[in-house]
Amino acid sequence: MVTLDARIPDGPINEKWESHRFNMRLVNPANKRRFTVIMIGSGLAGASGAASLAELGYNVKVFTYHDSPRRAHSIAAQGGINAAKNYQNDGDSVFRLFYDTIKGGDFRSREANVHRLAELSVNIIDQCVAQGVPFAREYGGLLDNRSFGGVQVSRTFYARGQTGQQLLLGAYSTLMRQVGLGTVELFPRQEMLDVVTVDGRAAGVVVRDLVTGEVSSHAAHAVVLATGGYGNVYYLSTNAKKSNATAAWRAHKRGALFANPCYTQIHPTCIPASDDFQSKLTLMSESLRNDGRIWVPKDPADTRPPNQIPEADRDYYLERMYPSFGNLVPRDVASRAAKRQVDQGRGVGPKRNGVYLDFAEAIQRLGRKEVEERYGNLFEMYDRITDEDPYETPMRIYPAIHYTMGGLWVDYNLMSSIPGVFVAGEANFSDHGANRLGASALMQGLADGYFILPYTVGDYLAGLLGQKAPGTDHPAFVEARKGVEEQTRRFLSIKGTKSPDHFHRELGKIMWEQAGMERSKAGLEQALRDIPALRADFDRDLRILGTGDSLNDSLEKAGRVADFFELGELLIRDALHREESCGGHLRIESQTEDGEAMRDDEHFSYVGAWEWTGDGQPQALHKEALTFENIHVAQRSYK
Amino acid sequence: MVQAKPRSTVEAAVTPVNRRPKRQLPWPLNLYQTAVGKKWVMAITGVIGMGFIALHMFGNLKMYLGAAELDHYAVGLREIAYPILPKENALWLMRGVLSVALVLHVHSAFSLWAMNRRARPMGYQSKRDYIAANWASRTMKWTGPIILLFLAFHLADLTWGFANPDFEHGAVYNNVVASFERVPVSILYIVANLALGVHLYHGAWSLFQSLGVNNPSINWLRRGFAALFTAVIVGGNISFPIAVLTGIVG
Amino acid sequence: MDLTLKVWRQDGPQARGRFETYPVQGISADMSFLEMLDIVNERLITEGVEPIQFEHDCREGICGSCGVMINGKAHGGHERTATCQLHMRTFKDGDTIVVEPWRAGAFPVIRDLVVNRSALDRIIEVGGFISVNTGSAPEANMLPIPKEVSDAAMDAAECIGCGACVAACPNGAAQLFTSAKLQHLNLLPQGQAERWQRTVAMVEKMEEYFGGCTNHGECQVACPKGISIDFISYMNRDFIKGKSLNRRLGGQGLAK
Ligand SMILES: Cc1cc2nc3c(=O)[nH]c(=O)nc-3n(C[C@H](O)[C@H](O)[C@H](O)COP(=O)(O)OP(=O)(O)OC[C@H]3O[C@@H](n4cnc5c(N)ncnc54)[C@H](O)[C@@H]3O)c2cc1C
Ligand code: HEM
Ligand code: SF4
Ligand code: FES
Repeated sequence: MVTLDARIPDGPINEKWESHRFNMRLVNPANKRRFTVIMIGSGLAGASGAASLAELGYNVKVFTYHDSPRRAHSIAAQGGINAAKNYQNDGDSVFRLFYDTIKGGDFRSREANVHRLAELSVNIIDQCVAQGVPFAREYGGLLDNRSFGGVQVSRTFYARGQTGQQLLLGAYSTLMRQVGLGTVELFPRQEMLDVVTVDGRAAGVVVRDLVTGEVSSHAAHAVVLATGGYGNVYYLSTNAKKSNATAAWRAHKRGALFANPCYTQIHPTCIPASDDFQSKLTLMSESLRNDGRIWVPKDPADTRPPNQIPEADRDYYLERMYPSFGNLVPRDVASRAAKRQVDQGRGVGPKRNGVYLDFAEAIQRLGRKEVEERYGNLFEMYDRITDEDPYETPMRIYPAIHYTMGGLWVDYNLMSSIPGVFVAGEANFSDHGANRLGASALMQGLADGYFILPYTVGDYLAGLLGQKAPGTDHPAFVEARKGVEEQTRRFLSIKGTKSPDHFHRELGKIMWEQAGMERSKAGLEQALRDIPALRADFDRDLRILGTGDSLNDSLEKAGRVADFFELGELLIRDALHREESCGGHLRIESQTEDGEAMRDDEHFSYVGAWEWTGDGQPQALHKEALTFENIHVAQRSYK
Repeated sequence: MVQAKPRSTVEAAVTPVNRRPKRQLPWPLNLYQTAVGKKWVMAITGVIGMGFIALHMFGNLKMYLGAAELDHYAVGLREIAYPILPKENALWLMRGVLSVALVLHVHSAFSLWAMNRRARPMGYQSKRDYIAANWASRTMKWTGPIILLFLAFHLADLTWGFANPDFEHGAVYNNVVASFERVPVSILYIVANLALGVHLYHGAWSLFQSLGVNNPSINWLRRGFAALFTAVIVGGNISFPIAVLTGIVG
Repeated sequence: MDLTLKVWRQDGPQARGRFETYPVQGISADMSFLEMLDIVNERLITEGVEPIQFEHDCREGICGSCGVMINGKAHGGHERTATCQLHMRTFKDGDTIVVEPWRAGAFPVIRDLVVNRSALDRIIEVGGFISVNTGSAPEANMLPIPKEVSDAAMDAAECIGCGACVAACPNGAAQLFTSAKLQHLNLLPQGQAERWQRTVAMVEKMEEYFGGCTNHGECQVACPKGISIDFISYMNRDFIKGKSLNRRLGGQGLAK
């Protein structure tokens, strides 16, 4: 039986991390060399964590399925990274960032973790600038900031539209420095397929070489998973095509609890799908809503081109419904409103699956030049994809899956419920509650990697001093290797008729339909019937050509899709059990009279952490109660 | 720096194509042990060559002033820096510098060419479609040797004289006229100079990149310089055989 | 639209490759090039032919995974466009499209269109960083950096490491990649302390794997991020200086 102890230090909120750092055990430099830490993933969290641990003197092994650590999905983040520097003198502070994040997360995150995140945010900027991250600057040579949704201060640091890229390249460069120094061993194109535990503790991992198919095991004293989010369970998302949940899921099956899987984030401004073969969705920065006006034709039968629809026949629905926030309501509210318009048949575009985001008024007000200055690169990107010129005709946008707040459950030390298995970055559930504010995922990934793991992993390792780690010939490793090889054999032997992509797409349709922007009891229950049926079809009718001992994209996909089936089911189950609406999770049964999300703090103010209980059995739910001592809990309103 | 050992099958599959020198030579020879250094030497020696070619061409324009002027100029060359130095010393010094420059230029050209071949052992199996690389830049490795062969002939023809039956030491004007009156020689001369032009059209631009002379506000001048330099040199040089063949000179 | 696809197929690193021809029907102009390959692959799977292996991930031109020669041009040869950003509307009905992997000695083919670009990482690990351990950074605004300098560093830092510059270069040289990486750091004040050793180390590592630069300029037009060959020039200058300056005297006098 698992007990959920978050191990939150005592003391006032702003002293918890400080005193915890003092209380944690240290490992002396000579002993650090005796410990091996495995890092799975080389995104912001993984690269920064691996480099920092290696700098301290631990032996670090980094695995990534990418061909280079620099390709991790973090590279795609556009908008920026938050930090409570208060450079703008506009009233920002660590406490305000803490407050905004808790409120943005709809009071479903841990106060202690979020406060620590806000404290560390300032160090991240220092660290990145020292590494040479070329953040945008003012003419005076000092750092520039922009504002982001959901807050009233300017605290977002950015590097053109490529903040994630620049931060990742910074972390990657420090990682490569350690690789060059020989303190980090780098294993590209190796996919982790199992976590090995001995006596209930982390002992290592099993990985598959994607080029040769060779399955090998690696022993370590601690394993860190920094493997990113599971947004691709929806098939179509803004995530990179290869992003997947396999590492987290296999750890879950070995005993790590999975928390809040139903907390998924939908981004309102993405380019709508153009055909059934659409492979992924492209995000258009949230900043567009600062000047663009969102509308649909009043009459669903109106098929005139947008420029010919007179003002009187347009419905600027956000401005109508939320007069005070207008087009700038938070992501979840804007997304749901767009969905409702499309569901009512008022969608626009050839597939009637979008709403207009119109800059005509902004161009008139600011002049084309100014609009170009602010959004030129986004307009160009849009034009390139859709072949429509946003200066002439309104953009079409529609919400898409973007981020997953849920993830493996971790305590204050970022350790999962398996001792010695740590989880960092988007892969853990820790800091964003039921909704993430813009520009805070990058912050969390780097805080975890640079400033938390080096301490907490050390603290764990200090307790292992003098103990030898089990070798890879231990029966647990042999068994895990067999399991992985067996899976490959199974996929290759089904010899059905359909590709893994086919099943992934079908799964995505179910997920989006029933657990997308709005969730209902009936729909979720339907999904719980549909997914196993599709899953059975997958087991019977999958076709993987080729062999297991060469580069085989479909084989890789098959393993990932298999895990998405199980994770998807858990997501549905979690959504079904959470009979309230909060953040990105909207149950239509739980709404105010005018269709706003309604939380139920009395019954659901907890983290829902699920325990794997065996193949084919529903997971068991554990609850970690959330208490708010520093912030007054209130219902959100954007009217 | 630690030479990282290969950590996976992926990495092990990539082996260096160029061996690093075992021993670092002392500065400045160590520059020549690297490709960027060789390219730098190429640019410097190219500039020396360009300087020579320019002087050579301008000097030869004396031809239009008549035999006496040209022959006098040839004598003058022997007397550069005289009487500080004995006669011909400065000329030999210049010949020395030019020969060393030529040897270095040619050696680095071949060694870079070999390196580039190793860098792509298996070429594209479908047709390449170049966008920026122009005809001049892609034929450097052909125009160079053409110039070299021509140079050998040119020396044999007009400096040492054994390729010119009417050769007579000191009678520069007559030698030139006698040489160019043979039509094949004139044609060879013109073709070689066109090759030189192609070589310079790229080289005189490229050397700025190699030397690190780059300032975006005046970069546009680099292309203009190369075109102008090429036009002047080739125009001047080609005019000589034409002048001889058309009887303007002779 | 209907197309004919000629694709390089190669079963493994040691295997002999060949072009295979596949007719492709019913492609929409709004599809991306990679989505077109997805469709071809779906069809190949139903026909029992192993799908074409190609590299991709973000599909929005930022991760640098994708990249093939399309009709003899790296990434298809459109300005500032990676393969994944290329749309089928740039082709005409009835076109034949030839697809070949990057070719370079340092980029051995792994399978079909997938090549191994890890040599680029080898260049980074010898110097593509500023040596600053976690925790030792000074306050970020202590060091004002002129906006122009910061912008220029960003221009260089945009490189996505796709390797198109190497692929496009007639010499298989990696100068554009290396110089972009170098100048991103060499331009910034934070990067000055290690400037000369960084330049020398990275250039020498680069020369172990790649060809030399003839200043063709082919890399610049192939680069999906529009990195300028000006950076190559700055790299050459820094390299000669790095080799020649006496670093112990802070750059005064010649190297011993
Ligand atoms: C389009 C887009 C824009 C965004 N913009 C912003 C923004 O402006 N601001 C913001 O704060 N956040 C933004 N985000 C969110 C943010 O980018 C991500 O949450 C964050 O980068 C995740 O980082 P990570 O280190 O946790 O994981 P990732 O960067 O996803 O890295 C995962 C790593 O794990 C490896 N891996 C995974 N599984 C395995 C396995 N089984 N074996 C081996 N290796 C494995 C992968 O190879 C990879 O290296 C954006 C997200 C998207 C999709
Ligand atoms: C007087 C004669 C010559 C002059 C003035 C000359 C000039 C130049 C110049 C200015 C360059 C450009 C250097 C740079 O990019 O930095 C160059 C490049 C080159 N030269 Fe010459 N050159 C001459 C003769 C030759 C000869 C005889 C050869 C060969 C046998 C040769 C082969 C080359 C090659 C191959 C290059 C390009 C090298 C590369 O970039 O990879 N040149 N030359
Ligand atoms: S310089 Fe350009 S072409 Fe070369 S790797 Fe970088 S992004 Fe690709
Ligand atoms: S797939 Fe990421 S750059 Fe093309």
